[in-house]
Amino acid sequence: MLFGFHWDLSSPEAFALSILPILLIGMKITILATIFGFLIAMALGLVFALLRGVPLRAVSWPIAFIVEFVRDTPLLIQLYFLYYILPDYGITLPALETGIITLGIQYSAYTSEVYRAGLEAVPRGQREAARALNLGAWRTYRDVIVPQAIPRIVPALANYLISIIKDTPILSAITVLEMLGAAKIVGDRTFRYMLPLTLVGVLFLILTAVAATAVRYLEKKLPRAGIALK
Amino acid sequence: MDWLSLLPPLLYGAEVTAWITLASTAGGAILAFAAGIGSTARFAGWRWLAGLYVQIFRGTSLLVQLFWLYFALPIIGIRLSPEVAGVLALSLNIGAYGAEVVRGSLNSVDAGQYEAATALNFTPIQTLWRILMPQALIEMMPPFGNLAIQNLKDSALVSLISLADLAFAADNLRNRTLETLPILILTLLLYFAMALVLMAAMRLLERYLRGVSGREATR
Repeated sequence: MLFGFHWDLSSPEAFALSILPILLIGMKITILATIFGFLIAMALGLVFALLRGVPLRAVSWPIAFIVEFVRDTPLLIQLYFLYYILPDYGITLPALETGIITLGIQYSAYTSEVYRAGLEAVPRGQREAARALNLGAWRTYRDVIVPQAIPRIVPALANYLISIIKDTPILSAITVLEMLGAAKIVGDRTFRYMLPLTLVGVLFLILTAVAATAVRYLEKKLPRAGIALK
Repeated sequence: MDWLSLLPPLLYGAEVTAWITLASTAGGAILAFAAGIGSTARFAGWRWLAGLYVQIFRGTSLLVQLFWLYFALPIIGIRLSPEVAGVLALSLNIGAYGAEVVRGSLNSVDAGQYEAATALNFTPIQTLWRILMPQALIEMMPPFGNLAIQNLKDSALVSLISLADLAFAADNLRNRTLETLPILILTLLLYFAMALVLMAAMRLLERYLRGVSGREATR
């Protein structure tokens, strides 16, 4: 029994049907972790990207190092780090929250690069023109640079959303019962791994296919010329 | 306990991680070229097979693939050791991502090159190896470098099927000594150092290919 659902071992079909509700509860956790992890990654990545653009080296260099370090070390170890170290400093978070924060931190290293590349891809002439028109730094960003950068940034960000979906099973290493964690427990208790694990694979295929379709739709809907923020 | 005494067990694990990463990066490269070339083949069966492979392994999670190979396969009589299952899962996974790189680079070669080869009566194999590949190879290097790093990071997951790599050594040592903070900091630093070495190696390979082909990779 898991999450209050019993499994039926009488036949493969009955087994599959009886564990599906368990896996769907796991999927809810998977989706939850993905969405909140992505939100943190988007916000934190923007902070990193902006700090890295600060003309003061005492700020931009350490940030560049942190981003590189986070990007080049495994999610699993970062997960252990936050899960085991934070409680020593009086911060006790449930495993799921720790996992979401770790996903957010890991992917902020990627999203910060997306923001940076998106902003840098706006032609220099645009900045020069804004300057010639006597626009201030704030208005240049709000009305000229950012609207043109958005169509480049959004699809790249959305692709990382799909990557996060596929990284959520790692949270099972710190006892989060998402889809894979739940399937593993079903397997451990029934000694039947093939069906639960294959089902999880199929559910992941469906999740990523839906997300990929949504991303493609979004990409097509975005006006190439840019999106005004007003 | 001082930090130096924690290092040797971690270094043993790091050695395993290095081997796993190298083996699966090489395996992944072979699969990437096979599937990438297959997806540009004239015979629809190859294209379909390559597409199916890429779809399955990019569409599901690496950890699911790893668990499937290690826990589910024994049920139909195929029992893999953690080493084999780990390297196989990592190779299959990174190979699917690499296949997209190979396919994209081959497709990005100017269509005129392909037409010229046809006009000169090159066979498809000659066109691929003598015309398309030399031009496409250098374009693959920057994304391949990123994939190699991704593979190094992903290799930590093999610790979850009890393969004694760096992540496993760290978790093991943490359980025995409870020196959590220094162990995890050292582990992160070791992974970071290996990533830097891997990056440098990929740069060297790219520079070599640049010398051979006389081309620059567009970044």
